[in-house]
Amino acid sequence: MVGVCFYFQIHQPFRLRENYSFFDIGVNHFYEDAEKNAMICRKVSQKSYLPANRIILELIRRFEGKFRVAFSISGVALEQFELYMPEVISSFQELAKTGCVEFLCETYYHSLAFLFSKKEFKEQVLLHKKKIEQLFGKKPVTFRNTELIYSNELASFIEKMGFKTIIAEGADQILGWRSPNFLYRPINSYKINLLLKNYRLSDDIAFRFSNREWSEWPLTAEKYSVWLHSLAGQAEIINLFMDYETFGEHHWEDTGIFNFLFKLPEEILKHPDFIFVTPSEVEKYFTPVSKIDAPYYISWADLERDLTAWMGNPIQNEALRFVYSLEKDLNKLKDPELYHVWRKLQTSDHFYYMCTKWFSDGDVHKYFNPYKSPFDAYIIYTNVLNDLYETIKEKLALKRKKDVRKKISV
Amino acid sequence: MRPIRVLMFGWEFPPFISGGLGTACYGIVQGLLKNNIDVTFVVPSMKGLKSNNICKVIDANEISISDYELKKRLLAKNIFIRNISPYIINLPKRFSINEEQLEFFRSSGILAFTGNYGENLMREVFYYSIIGRILGENKDFDIIHCHDWLSYPAGIAAKQVSGKPLVVHIHATEFDRSGENINHDVYNIEKEGFEKADKIVAVSYYTKNILINRYGIFPDKIKVVHNAVSKETHIQRFGIKKPLKEKIVLFLGRVTMQKGPEYFIQAASLVLKKMKNVRFVMAGSGDMLTRMISYQAFLKMSRNFHFTGFLQDVDVERMYAVSDLFVMPSVSEPFGIAAFEALLFDVPVIISKQSGVSEVLPEAVTVDFWDVYKLADTIVDLLKHEKKAKSVALACKKRLENICWELVGQKLSMIYSELIGG
Repeated sequence: MVGVCFYFQIHQPFRLRENYSFFDIGVNHFYEDAEKNAMICRKVSQKSYLPANRIILELIRRFEGKFRVAFSISGVALEQFELYMPEVISSFQELAKTGCVEFLCETYYHSLAFLFSKKEFKEQVLLHKKKIEQLFGKKPVTFRNTELIYSNELASFIEKMGFKTIIAEGADQILGWRSPNFLYRPINSYKINLLLKNYRLSDDIAFRFSNREWSEWPLTAEKYSVWLHSLAGQAEIINLFMDYETFGEHHWEDTGIFNFLFKLPEEILKHPDFIFVTPSEVEKYFTPVSKIDAPYYISWADLERDLTAWMGNPIQNEALRFVYSLEKDLNKLKDPELYHVWRKLQTSDHFYYMCTKWFSDGDVHKYFNPYKSPFDAYIIYTNVLNDLYETIKEKLALKRKKDVRKKISV
Repeated sequence: MRPIRVLMFGWEFPPFISGGLGTACYGIVQGLLKNNIDVTFVVPSMKGLKSNNICKVIDANEISISDYELKKRLLAKNIFIRNISPYIINLPKRFSINEEQLEFFRSSGILAFTGNYGENLMREVFYYSIIGRILGENKDFDIIHCHDWLSYPAGIAAKQVSGKPLVVHIHATEFDRSGENINHDVYNIEKEGFEKADKIVAVSYYTKNILINRYGIFPDKIKVVHNAVSKETHIQRFGIKKPLKEKIVLFLGRVTMQKGPEYFIQAASLVLKKMKNVRFVMAGSGDMLTRMISYQAFLKMSRNFHFTGFLQDVDVERMYAVSDLFVMPSVSEPFGIAAFEALLFDVPVIISKQSGVSEVLPEAVTVDFWDVYKLADTIVDLLKHEKKAKSVALACKKRLENICWELVGQKLSMIYSELIGG
C-alpha cells in the first residue's frame, strides 16, 4: 500500500507600513499597513483559498472519505481571515466537519521562536493549539514548525509536548541516500513519527507546474499520477507538502491548476494500492523504517534548505537580536496587548524580507517582498521595534511607580 | 553706472536641485542681485520646473539653434564632424558627436539635455559647451561666471567667442569627490578651467590649497569667498515637539566616501559604550548607504542608530530641529553649508578639520575625520555638558550673524569690477 499525504500551508503575515519613519518613533503606534493586509487577504482568498476549498470539499464528498488532506493555518492568518474574510474561516470549518481534514499545529505567530526562546516557543504553540481546537473542534496532534524548520532538538521538545507526528523537509542533508517516501523517527525519540517532504514531487506542482521552460510542461493529472504510481513497491508514503497559494495564486487559474487538483485524486486512486492519508493517520498503516539524525537545522526554504533565508546577514541577525531582547521586559509587564504586538513582529516574513541572497532564490524573495529593498525592510522594522521598545519602557516605569505605591500603602 | 551683466553657467538651480551646488548657486545669485548685478543664469535643464524667477534663467534645453541663425554658421565650420581638438576644449574623443546625432541636431535644432549626473554626463558637458559658445556670441554681457567643472567648458567657450573675462567658481574638486582615485577626464577639465580663467573663486582656503598643490595653480589667481546660508527657515525649533527623550546626534548629507559616514558610525558605537541615552541619526542617501546599514547592524546598534534616507526640505528642517548635536566627519569638505543650517536651529556642531566651513567658525569643535576616538569623546563631552554645548552653538551662531549671501555677492562684484576695469 502507498499513502499519499497532502498538507497545505496557509499563512499571511501582518505587513508593516512602508512609510514608518524615524519621525514616527515615540509618536505613532500604528505599525501595520491594514489597507494592504486587507487587500492581499481578500485577493488571495478570492483567487486561491476559497475556490480551492470548494474543490476539495467536492472531492471529499465525491470520494466518500477516500480523499483526505491536511492544513496548517498560522494564527496570524486566521486572525486576518476573522478581520477581513470571515467566510474563509467558515469554509475551512465546513471542511473540518467532513472528518477527512486534519489541522496541524504550528507556532501561532509563524515565528522562529524555537531558535531564540523555548519558553516563548511553547507559549506560541499552545496558543495555536487552543485556537485550532476552538475553531475546528479537534485537538491537533501533528506539529509543523515555521517553514519546516527542524532539528533533533525540536523533535524531542515537540515529543515532550505530547504531539504524535512531526513534519520536516526531506532535505538531502539529513536523508543522504535514503528516500523521503517512508515513515521515519527522530534519532532521540521513541514515539513521535517523522514525515519528510518529497520536495521533487511537491515542487513539480508548487513551483514548476506553470513553467513553460520545463521539459515536462504541461503537467497533467494523468502524467503526475503515473509518476506516483511508478513508485509503488519502493515507497510507502509520499508526502506532498506545499503552500496552499499554489492553487490560484502562484499559478493562476488560467494555467489549469484547479483542473489539475480536481482530477488528481481520481487518477491517483486508479491504482488499487494507493490511498490518501493525513499526517496523524500514517501510523495506522506504516511503521518507521529508520531513525533520522538532524543535528543541524533544516528548513524548506531556498536551495540551501537551511536558515539562511531568515538569518545570517548582519541586518537579519540584528533585527532578530533586537526583537527577542524585549522578552524579558515583556514578561515583567505581562500585558496581553503588548505581547500580541511583539509576537506579531516575530513572524518570520519580516526577516525573510531582509534577505540579501539575490541569486536563484532571489526572485522568490523579491516576489514576496513588499519593500523596495531588504535594507528598507530592516529600517522600517527596527523603527517599529524602537517605538515598541519606547512603549515598553514607559509602561515599566509606570509599573514601578505603582509597585512602590502598593508597598507604601501596605 | 549701469549694472554689470553676468552670464552665469551652472548645472542645477532651484527648484531643481540634487545636491548642495544648486543651493549655493541660488544663494550666490541672490547675493549678486542685492549688489545690483544683473545675472542671467544658464542651466542644461530645468526639468520642466519653473524657476523661482529671481533672475533670468536660460534653460539650454529650450535654446533652439535656428532661432539664433547659428545653425548654418556652426555647421558650415564643420565643427561637429571633425575631431574636436580644434574646438574649444580637449574633451575626450569618445564624446564627440557622431553622424547620427548630428542628423538629429540638424533636424531638430535642439541639443537635448537631461541635466542629470548620469552616464551621458560627459556628452552633456560637451553639448553644454556648444550652448556656451552660442550664448557667448549672441548675448550682451560683461563677464562670464561658471560653477564647477560641469560648466567650465561652456564658460571657456563663451570667453573664446566673446573675449569677455571668465570667473570660475570651485565648489568641490575631483579630489573631494573621489579621494585619490580621480577621474582624469574630469581633472583635465577642471585644470583647463582654472588655467583659462581670469580669476578663480574658491569656497575655502582648504580648497584653495588643493588647487595650488594638486592643480599647480598660481596662488594669486585664486580668491577665497566663503559660502553663506539663507536664513529663511520654514519652521521654528520651538514648534517641534521632540518625541524621544534621548539626545539626538545627527549626520546629514550624502552617504558617500567624501562625507565620512563610516567614521560617524564608528564613533557612535564608541559613544554607546559610555552612555545609553543617546540616539544617532544618519539622514541622507548615497552609494554607501546599504553598506552603512549593514555596518550599523553588525555593530548591533539598531536600538540607538537610525536611518531616514533622503529627506525633503521640510523634513530636513524638522530633523535639525529635533537634534542636539550635528556631526560632519567629512573626509574632504570644500565648504559644508550643512553646518550653517544646523546652527540656524541652534544645534552645536562638530566638524572635521578637513572642511572649509571650519575656517569661518573658529569656535566650532573640530576633529580629524579619522580620529574616531577623539570624535566619540567630543560627542560624549558635548552631550554631557549641555552648558558647554550651548556656548559652542551660541558662539558659532554669533559668527553666522556676519555671514550672508549679500556679502558674498559684494565680494564677487568687487572681483567682477576689477576684471572689467582692468
